[in-house]
Amino acid sequence: MTAYVATIRVRPKAEVRDPQGEAIGGALRSLGLDVADVRTGKEITVRFDASDGPAAQAAAAKMGEELLANPVIEDFAIEVAAE
Amino acid sequence: MRIAVLRFPGTWSENDFAHAISLVGAEADILWHADADLRGYDAAIVPGGFTYGDYLRAGAIAALSPAANELRRADAEGMPILGSCNGFQILCEIGLLPGALVRNRHLEFRCDWVHMRIESDRTPFTAGLRGELVRMPIAHGEGCWVADELTLARIEANGQVVFRYTDDRGAATPESNPNGSTANIAGVANQAGNVVGLMPHPERCSEELLGGTDGRRVLEALTGVRHVGMAPASVQ
Repeated sequence: MTAYVATIRVRPKAEVRDPQGEAIGGALRSLGLDVADVRTGKEITVRFDASDGPAAQAAAAKMGEELLANPVIEDFAIEVAAE
Repeated sequence: MRIAVLRFPGTWSENDFAHAISLVGAEADILWHADADLRGYDAAIVPGGFTYGDYLRAGAIAALSPAANELRRADAEGMPILGSCNGFQILCEIGLLPGALVRNRHLEFRCDWVHMRIESDRTPFTAGLRGELVRMPIAHGEGCWVADELTLARIEANGQVVFRYTDDRGAATPESNPNGSTANIAGVANQAGNVVGLMPHPERCSEELLGGTDGRRVLEALTGVRHVGMAPASVQ
């Protein structure tokens, strides 16, 4: 088994409004910054063991699909690296 | 009638529901989520709260509880299931109800009274109440119901929109929408109509002392429908 670290980034889908991002955008504009759009999300880091790279990738995808993102409102992207 | 009221870590409305259920002459048992067995019950309630601290997404972690499989099993048998507030969020996360609940559009936590029109009587919780205007309290920060356009069109056509925020005369205006929900939707049902979720709290308006009794009408509608191990008779 090899130790892997997966980084899962979860973002609201493009068509879902992100009021938190809009509020941050307003705050950035109040600093005098020329901001067109802000989108927020979350990043989740998971350490785990897997037999090889494809198995680690599959495990990280399962984490995203079954818990970390809600497919109704969110997309996710994963990066997996051996530690 | 025996009604199961589920309790997860962070549930806060289970005792209020049990009390409200007793007011309509039914029996309520509060069941711990980890070993909840819904067999022998006529209906189940998933109450409000902040299960697992709303971590990740409201209801997301509760949706992996053993109780989720038990709710799926009960749903397959047509058991009436009601989720309120966090219970609505949990039922959406489990996939028993369409759509999802996200942060209120204005980012504020809203603790207030709202008016709603009951849009469908195809559920055991609203049988005979279609068109009625009701007033109930809300207390949530993530009650903005969203879904893609196809889902919205489908549930509108199927009569799965059960509660819609309105003003005190029954008009679904932007001002009467407390959280930015799509199409002023406050509560929805599954396709069969046996599972219903809504953001407001019927259990907190079931006696005059609390400022309203409209929540009691939802529970009274339920006690008139007996779970017989198949889709309730009110479902067309």
